Amino acid sequence: MNHFPQAWGRPRDDVYGQYNPSYLPQSHGGTQQPITHTQSPIVTGTSVIAIKFKTGVVIAADNLASYGSLARFTDVHRLKHFNRKSVVGVGGDVSDMQYLDRLLKSLDVEENYSTGSHTAEESETDPAMMGANNLHTYLSKVMYKRRSDFNPLWNALLVAGLDEKNKPFLASADLLGTTFSGPTMATGFGAHLAQPIMRRIVPDEAASQQLGREEAVQAVRDCMKVLFYRDARSMPEYSIAVIDEKGVELKEKEVLENQSWDFADKIRGYGTQTV
Amino acid sequence: MASLFNAQSMLDQPSYSFAQPTSHSEPRQHSFYPYTDNGGSTLGISGQDFAILAGDTRSTSGYNINTRYAPKLFKIGGDGPNNTGSKIVLSVVGFAADGRALKERLDTVVKMYKYQHGKDISVGACAQRLSHILYSKRFFPYYVTAILGGIDEEGKGALYSYDPVGSYEREQCRAAGAASSLIMPFLDNQVNLKNQYDASQPQGFGKEPLKPQPLSRPHVESLVNDAFTSAVERHIEVGDGLQMMIITKDGIEETYAPLKKD
Repeated sequence: MNHFPQAWGRPRDDVYGQYNPSYLPQSHGGTQQPITHTQSPIVTGTSVIAIKFKTGVVIAADNLASYGSLARFTDVHRLKHFNRKSVVGVGGDVSDMQYLDRLLKSLDVEENYSTGSHTAEESETDPAMMGANNLHTYLSKVMYKRRSDFNPLWNALLVAGLDEKNKPFLASADLLGTTFSGPTMATGFGAHLAQPIMRRIVPDEAASQQLGREEAVQAVRDCMKVLFYRDARSMPEYSIAVIDEKGVELKEKEVLENQSWDFADKIRGYGTQTV
Repeated sequence: MASLFNAQSMLDQPSYSFAQPTSHSEPRQHSFYPYTDNGGSTLGISGQDFAILAGDTRSTSGYNINTRYAPKLFKIGGDGPNNTGSKIVLSVVGFAADGRALKERLDTVVKMYKYQHGKDISVGACAQRLSHILYSKRFFPYYVTAILGGIDEEGKGALYSYDPVGSYEREQCRAAGAASSLIMPFLDNQVNLKNQYDASQPQGFGKEPLKPQPLSRPHVESLVNDAFTSAVERHIEVGDGLQMMIITKDGIEETYAPLKKD
């Protein structure tokens, strides 16, 4: 009988030889390098933009994942469909996005395994279904926890959808755990380029309650075009999702239409022209 | 049964087959900075039987406006997620994510107090608890300037102001945040009547300074309005909307007024 409980269930040294600790971290007697955390993003996605309208939300992001200035992956879907009521748009580090996606998948299983409302009719009336606001609270706490551990998820997120009362909901969370919401939201370069355009159309909450679905979609498409014109880390193929009471309509292979540089010769005030 | 250990190790302390963690690993280097400044300003003034807290609703990062409506004033305690019946207000300005975390911790503590003691917490006790919460993160602080307002046990308006690590003090008035250096001197002059003398007295060194008196509620509200409209003119991080919470013995009244959006 071996009287040391900590040895129970362990391979015997006299049978298997000494435990080889080389793969363990240094703090546990191994030769591994110290644990490292993300100090900067590597493969990145650029802006995500979204507008609230009368009965729902439109959200869009292009399909590019850049490696520095290299356009590395051109078919990366950055809008993540969570449930019938919510979509998450992710900018920033792509591997952290994939981690978040796995996290959301397991959250979805946890949420629905016991209550199990997966037929269409059931989920239609499920009062306990997570709203986009609940999802946003969850994600913002994940982000804040990770920043507090000095191990941030290097992302900027937009959560778009409907809340528990089926009212349009749009809010953001970033790598510091900072959260805010508004009738129009944009991350990354979009905060500089798209946000002013969207705010002209939807200056406040009241204006978004007057805005129709078609106008909102058109505004987002126009903004995606401006972003492609001026954001060097963008591409003309993008994903766009509309979330309203009918559910989520997600298109992941949209292409910019009616591109034109006709406006370019009228631009004055910077560059090489002298007049 | 064959021994797992050789005779030498049998005499020693019980041990694992691999080395125990001896100490923490090397100090790590970080380039990640876990804070940001979300701008904005807050202000509190207490009166005879009321306290007023106010804050603008703009949230910024750098030169960007994140949103035009992000409240910095939170009801603490009361019932349910909407804090119905609450009589304490917390205002936080600085790093908004820490502000929210702080508000949620204090709110939970105050609600637990009621479940455990069967009565509402006093502002004095709540104020000290908030100080302890802030100090508990002395070496990784909540990067916020907090102001707590309520009605004390004598029915008087109570106002407590904090620094990020929990030093606190009860005061008549306090401005915090981005435009605090613009607003606080105005309050010193208008609330505590600093550098004000009786105009009817003759010129000279012997003039009696004016004594500060408790102010009426309409007067305080107009002071708050003036403080913010002026701050908006001179500070780019302040604007969009002015949220006010007026705490009296009957509860909390909340008002919102637009400010310039430029």
